[in-house]
Amino acid sequence: MFKRISALVLAGLTAMSVAACGSGGSTTAGTSGGGDSTITMGFSQVGAESGWRTANTKSVQDAAKNAGIELKFSDAQQKQENQIKAIRSYIQQKVDVIAFSPVVESGWDTVLKEAQNAKIPVILTDRAVDSKDTSLYKTFLGSDFVEEGRKAGKWLVEEYKDSKDPVNIVELQGTTGSAPANDRKAGFQEIIQADPKFKIIASQTGDFTRAKGKEVMEAFLKSNPDIDVLYAHNDDMGLGAIEAIEGAGKVPGKDIKIITVDAVKDGMQALADGKINFIVECSPLLGPQLMDLAKKVVKGEQVPARVVTEETTFTQEQAKEVLSSRQY
Amino acid sequence: MRRLLWPVVVLVLLLVLNVFFTPSFFSIEVKDGHLYGSLIDILRFGAPLILVSLGMTLVIATGGIDLSVGSVVAIAGALACLQISQDASVFTAVVLALGLSVVLGAWNGFLVAAVGIQPIIATLILMVAGRGLAQLITDGQIITINSPEYKLIGGGYWLTLPFSVILVIIVLGITAFLTRRLALGMLIESVGGNAEASRLAGIRSRGIIIMVYAFAALCAGVAGLMISSNVSSADGNNAGLWIELDAILAVVIGGTSLSGGRFSLSGTVLGALIIQTLTTTIYSIGVPPETTLLFKALVVTAVCLIQSPSFRAKVFRRRGRTAPPSPAAEEKVRVTA
Repeated sequence: MFKRISALVLAGLTAMSVAACGSGGSTTAGTSGGGDSTITMGFSQVGAESGWRTANTKSVQDAAKNAGIELKFSDAQQKQENQIKAIRSYIQQKVDVIAFSPVVESGWDTVLKEAQNAKIPVILTDRAVDSKDTSLYKTFLGSDFVEEGRKAGKWLVEEYKDSKDPVNIVELQGTTGSAPANDRKAGFQEIIQADPKFKIIASQTGDFTRAKGKEVMEAFLKSNPDIDVLYAHNDDMGLGAIEAIEGAGKVPGKDIKIITVDAVKDGMQALADGKINFIVECSPLLGPQLMDLAKKVVKGEQVPARVVTEETTFTQEQAKEVLSSRQY
Repeated sequence: MRRLLWPVVVLVLLLVLNVFFTPSFFSIEVKDGHLYGSLIDILRFGAPLILVSLGMTLVIATGGIDLSVGSVVAIAGALACLQISQDASVFTAVVLALGLSVVLGAWNGFLVAAVGIQPIIATLILMVAGRGLAQLITDGQIITINSPEYKLIGGGYWLTLPFSVILVIIVLGITAFLTRRLALGMLIESVGGNAEASRLAGIRSRGIIIMVYAFAALCAGVAGLMISSNVSSADGNNAGLWIELDAILAVVIGGTSLSGGRFSLSGTVLGALIIQTLTTTIYSIGVPPETTLLFKALVVTAVCLIQSPSFRAKVFRRRGRTAPPSPAAEEKVRVTA
């Protein structure tokens, strides 16, 4: 008997909640199109796994404040289900625009469809999704990792343009299979392959960490006596490798030229100290660009489907100038 | 000693393989007043793994397992680097970090021995939560420090030898003495064989279990100091990541049974060296990163198969060679440290 009653109650509740959802959906269009002066943005961050990510979060929060956008922020702690939950709650709260950095590439179609049905525009930041239906999001704002690799390659070609001798390069790759590792490798390769004097004599993953960067570089130094250039896919691996190079009695930046990507504080310090020769910036400070895009998207203006973060490169002289003003 | 034959053969094969790709692999020279060479690298980078595996050996000997050592590695490094970055002395930092490690290990032991939670679950708690704790200590950032004294622990040299290797030798010596010259080793094995029977026989099983977990965490703490000291920075996210699995593998390769009741310290050291040599081999012969894991898996599978007496018996019998000693007889060989 009790079972039957509870089943009935449950059925009733379900029906009510379904109805509530339905009515919620129909009113959303009205509120978001109302042209209210303050924009509300729901932002779902990946987590706080690195200094880079923390700087990214801070940039978004500060930019929102400056742009007068009300920010609802949530940290997904590296879990996709948390992110989907956060996006659903933003849809229920009827925010004007949703922005998020997807933890993984796949599995977003359903929740993005829900946002689309609720007529809430979505902006991807920093990382892409692999949805076939690109109408599910308005734009993707983030770094172009291939271009970063190209910038690294171009500096190298320029640096050795007068030399006829072969240039032996070792490469410390990022985490195997990750987009930045694949793309930074490809971009670099694309530029240097034009000239046969550039040879990548060894290439291994250093998992983007200092400890692995050092360990792999130690092994490279022993198996390849003549290394001219090190290309590391991030600063941290480069910093680890510097220790290995010093341990081998060589001078980093002179005996072995070092190119890295990221431009985090420790990396910039090493660049200013002359231990790294060139850093390609991969900037987390995309907050201001994100807020501009958000305003345009909410107004219904057309935005490009792909917006690249404004990034630069640093030589040793430039690093000395900007070192004190770096935010991360 | 017979049981260590196969791990030794594998280690030697790996080292010889390297010579084909890097002819100077065995050469050791003196650079800046310390030894320098590939073999030294293997010892240096293998030192943290050897330590963690030593602690793991004793835990496994009691029939337990400790999944939390990787997190303890991260916590110890993070706490020490945080202290040093706040101008504490290196001594204070090291004592605090190791003290916290022992407390965490004792907590594991308490959960296992006093509360009666299965070891894999009890230590899983700290494995997950500990990584969070390390991130809390470092605030999610990489703490970079500049302290020549701290650098000595994992990256420095003493009497031309890497200091980390000296540390390992000391810890190994003390452990071997305590467990093989004194009765402690036998007590641990007896608890691993049957904790309840041991208790009835008058052995303080609980105390011994808590002690081995605390020891495992202490070893992990020292390893954490080495890892962070080697790169002068603490990385709460990545330091010691998956080292518990490498340590368990090292213990198993070394011939310690996962069901507890017996252990081999020298086997564990060999196992850890095999794993580190394998890693170095991958770098120096240039296995592409995409196939690194597959290559490792193949070697480890081969090591495990060749160590299995029943597998060897089958293969050798099929080839019609003289029968090897029966598996049963080999199982009974007494363990020597």
